[in-house]
Amino acid sequence: MNFIEKMMEKQRPLFEKGGKLERFYPLFEAGETILLWTNERTKKGPHIRDGLDTKRFMMTVVVSLLPVLIFSMYNAGYQHFKAMGQTVAFSEAFAYGALKVLPLILVSYAVGGLWEVVFAIVRKHEVNEGFLVTGLLFPLTLPVTMPLWQAAIGITFGVVIGKEVFGGTGMNILNPALTGRAFLFFAYPGKISGDSVWIALDGIKEKLVDGFSGATPLLVASGAGNPETAVHAIHTHGFTFQDMFYGLIPGSLGETSTLMILIGAAILILTGVGSWRIMLSTVLGGLFMGWLFNVLAGPSNSPIMSLPAYYHLVMGGFAFGAVFMATDPVSAAQTNTGKYIYGFLIGLLAVLIRTVNPAYPEGMMLAILFMNVFSPLIDYYVVRANIKRRLSRA
Amino acid sequence: MLEHYLSLFVKSVFVENILLAFFLGMCSFLAVSKKVETSVGLGMAVIFVMTITTPANWFVRTYLLKEGALSWISPMFANVDLDFLGFVSYIAVIAAMVQLVEMVLDRYSPKLYTALGIFLPLIAVNCAILGASLFMVERNYNFGESVVFGVGSGIGWALAIIAMSAIRHKLRYSNIPAGLRGLGITMLMTGLMSMAFMIFSGIQL
Repeated sequence: MNFIEKMMEKQRPLFEKGGKLERFYPLFEAGETILLWTNERTKKGPHIRDGLDTKRFMMTVVVSLLPVLIFSMYNAGYQHFKAMGQTVAFSEAFAYGALKVLPLILVSYAVGGLWEVVFAIVRKHEVNEGFLVTGLLFPLTLPVTMPLWQAAIGITFGVVIGKEVFGGTGMNILNPALTGRAFLFFAYPGKISGDSVWIALDGIKEKLVDGFSGATPLLVASGAGNPETAVHAIHTHGFTFQDMFYGLIPGSLGETSTLMILIGAAILILTGVGSWRIMLSTVLGGLFMGWLFNVLAGPSNSPIMSLPAYYHLVMGGFAFGAVFMATDPVSAAQTNTGKYIYGFLIGLLAVLIRTVNPAYPEGMMLAILFMNVFSPLIDYYVVRANIKRRLSRA
Repeated sequence: MLEHYLSLFVKSVFVENILLAFFLGMCSFLAVSKKVETSVGLGMAVIFVMTITTPANWFVRTYLLKEGALSWISPMFANVDLDFLGFVSYIAVIAAMVQLVEMVLDRYSPKLYTALGIFLPLIAVNCAILGASLFMVERNYNFGESVVFGVGSGIGWALAIIAMSAIRHKLRYSNIPAGLRGLGITMLMTGLMSMAFMIFSGIQL
């Protein structure tokens, strides 16, 4: 470490004010932060002495995403071989999946990182570690067959329009990863929805098993026709509740395995990085809406209305969104009361959209974006109510 | 019947939000959304004006302008079609209503009256309000529907401007590039908001 420190100190005058490479100071600073520790000290008060700075905060999220990431690679391979009727060893499936998933992540990091650096240099702010989270979350919301150039466009939109035009990390309104994904969803719908995008297949030469369908459980459930029940439809397509919980189902990369997401959630909650209030209230909101539909469902209604509420939690992006997307500390509500309202409405809207909106089988992404729009308003009124209450006490 | 009105209401508030789906009423939306209180005030004023003008214009159209509408006076007017006077008549009704709101506000809430300033008379030319009346004409709503549609569109517009004002309140602490400050970032944010509102598009009620 001493060696690196000396080397960095030697280069420092080049980058500092008056140095030759002054413009690239953000790059120098980023390199220094990655290798050592930031040399910057807070100059003005107030001070809070805590080891949990943005770097550690964001790295905790990245670590909590690792189980999901590793599982997504295995599942991508598993689904591929399953579609061809083969059972292969874990390592082979993992290797195949990794070859499909890693390029997406590399592209996301490279393109998104480039924009981050460009903005850091032009606008003279630091290269923020928050990007490491966005750059990993974004590919995990994509289907495995996403063309790389579209992923590049998506992350560009997310980072530039979703975040940098507002001034960078901590100042945005919407979740940048979801903004990028929503952009792709509306710009290239054919590549991000439907039943032919969730499983990686290398051309038509491969022989698929009879009755192959690449539909996700959610698509199956919303497509089920009367009088078949949604649960029955899901089961006849070969998805059991266990499958959906462990995650061996087609879907976006990171969203399939509820188990792995729960491990991530545990890390986030134990370290205090993710808000348990939001996660809890999102789940409650989803369960409430699912239950409400169950009560209202009659024999003539569409079968998805009678889908048991707890099924919604393991299907599609609900768990992933509740744990990793809704809890984004920047775009979520900031006040504690606000967090309960915000989370509850996300869960409620997500299940509502899944059930009543025929245009989208999945509602989690847009439910979170929608509540991101309203979270400043929730906060505003929570703070107002607080002021009022304390004034009346005085 | 009730279900039909309810679905029309939800549709006009969320699915076809007059601001975020049709981008009507942008000028006052962009100009007055700086503070939450003012936006709430303007939102209320728009709800009020829309709730009155849409059905009022329905009466004007059904009993004065539509082809054969005048036949209640005398059968000899059965072939008269005054629909070409539509724009003029609707805007006149709206202007009159806005005058009324202005007087009421001036009397009962001088604070809001001064806060809204020039934008209160400008509601008269707020395209969202004329837009609501014209949609009512185009879609051939009956009286009940036009009331529900007026209320719903007003609430949808108010919802959008109030959400935007809270966002702009938060954006005060953002380090927005100099060229985008003010209207630029508001326009961008409006686009992002309408993307989030796409969540409701496609709902068939």
